[in-house]
Amino acid sequence: MEKEKNQTNLLARGFKDIKGLDREGAGEKGRLATKIEVRNLDFFYGKFKALHSISLEIPEKKVTAMIGPSGCGKSTLIRCFNRIYQLYPGQRAEGEIFLDGMDILSPSIDLNLLRAKVGMVFQKPTPFPMSVYDNIAFGVRLYEKLSRAEMDERVEWALRKAALWKEVKDKLRQTGTALSGGQQQRLCIARAIAVKPEVVLLDEPCSALDPISTAKVEDLIDELVADYTIIIVTHNMQQAARVSDFTAFMYMGKLIEFDNTDRVFTNPRKKATEDYITGRFG
Amino acid sequence: MMAQGPNVDMNLYRKRRLANLLVLFGSILTTLFGLFWLCWLLFTLFSHGFQYLALSVFTQPTPPPGESGGLANAIVGSIIITGAGILVGAPVGVLAGTFLSEFAMDSRLASAVRFINDVLLSAPSIILGVFIYEIVVVPMGHFSGWAGALALALIALPIILRTTEDMLKLVPHTMREAACALGAPRWKVTVAIVYRAARAGIFTGILLAVARITGETAPLLFTALNNQFWSSSLNEPVANLPVVIFQFAMSPYEDWQHLAWAGALLITLSVLVLNILVRTFLSGSSRR
Repeated sequence: MEKEKNQTNLLARGFKDIKGLDREGAGEKGRLATKIEVRNLDFFYGKFKALHSISLEIPEKKVTAMIGPSGCGKSTLIRCFNRIYQLYPGQRAEGEIFLDGMDILSPSIDLNLLRAKVGMVFQKPTPFPMSVYDNIAFGVRLYEKLSRAEMDERVEWALRKAALWKEVKDKLRQTGTALSGGQQQRLCIARAIAVKPEVVLLDEPCSALDPISTAKVEDLIDELVADYTIIIVTHNMQQAARVSDFTAFMYMGKLIEFDNTDRVFTNPRKKATEDYITGRFG
Repeated sequence: MMAQGPNVDMNLYRKRRLANLLVLFGSILTTLFGLFWLCWLLFTLFSHGFQYLALSVFTQPTPPPGESGGLANAIVGSIIITGAGILVGAPVGVLAGTFLSEFAMDSRLASAVRFINDVLLSAPSIILGVFIYEIVVVPMGHFSGWAGALALALIALPIILRTTEDMLKLVPHTMREAACALGAPRWKVTVAIVYRAARAGIFTGILLAVARITGETAPLLFTALNNQFWSSSLNEPVANLPVVIFQFAMSPYEDWQHLAWAGALLITLSVLVLNILVRTFLSGSSRR
């Protein structure tokens, strides 16, 4: 009860400050638009309640990082944004999630169209068993009818954006599985952005990568945020601090704090946040 | 840490080494025992059958008693019935395996289907032959190639269903999620992605089923029977290798017995070649 009251107060204060920051800092920007609004979201794995009354507003065209110890519910939360949990019976979400004002948890939503709007990159790189070209073209072909030349262009554009073009431009017809781990993950990112979604969900995209590939992916995120709303789940706090504009700290299925990244890492409101960031637990 | 060697009880060590040697020796012995019978079988087949494997075996039809001839109509008939059986059994098996792996998963229906499939898998093939006799041959009024194909399909189906389900389950679920996350409808995820990833395994399952039904005799006795001549359609009894071997081997005519040996060798060779193909196919695709 107390915690929930604190949460709402926190949210209200957090947003006042964000708006305040804008007015002080950027000047011309004005209010930040909300891309995704979560309202009292509960999530169940069978009988186990994994998320407790989450309420959150994700700003548009910014990078929002979700941090927290293992099992706190960060991946569960972002998997609600494209309803990928629906593949598994026994997992269900209750509450409301608004994407541009539309409740995506309602049963009348077309799941496939939702997923075309909200793309996802997973922790483990999973290239499809086809050529690099077809990997990227697969998603595009689902919803757009492009000529050969247009498709070539789109594939090149996606690969350039993912900083992979130079490395694979001679290997487009080779199978995707022949690439290295870092290249495969960038291929998955290229595949996700080739369909031009509005939101990109990144579920610990660098955890299986070496530091150089990780750096490349982080540069990529900096570039992508100009056109896409990005939500990244990460275990690596330094990465969250480097890459994100806003940070949400979760613990045991509850949202503890959500604020500007700078604020969260230098002057967090909650003791739990401070403990986590300084490494006292998790 | 003290600079000292490990504390080894030499007695214990020696006992372990002895036990190791004994078990190793025992396993080699039993392997040789098993291989011995296999080699003897192949040797007998080759030594008896190879000399009768002439070109005429492939060009001339089965002869009446006392005359010489070949096995051409039986070979062709076997190929056609086996092909037709796989044509019926494989699609059903693959689709059912897909259903169990992708869509029904842990439901009660899935458990029931799996159970029935396992029972069918171990059912004696003669029972399947009698079953098809009852529901196809009797209403039709005569033996036919269709009945034979159906009986073989019933034998192949549970094998293909099982291997398809197992192969599809090996595809990591993250691949399905990645395809779904792009907005692909479920059927497209299954056909374009999952099948593609598991195609080597599914094909292997089908080849194994072919190898299995190639030598089945009992069901064909009740369904396709046999034909001394070329069959003009599958609506009549069709000549096939297993039944021909059955008939010829037990006859007193030497020509027929020679042909039976040749036929047995042919079946063995084709199953051997199929298995080798399966292995090279599997290893080739995994190397990719």
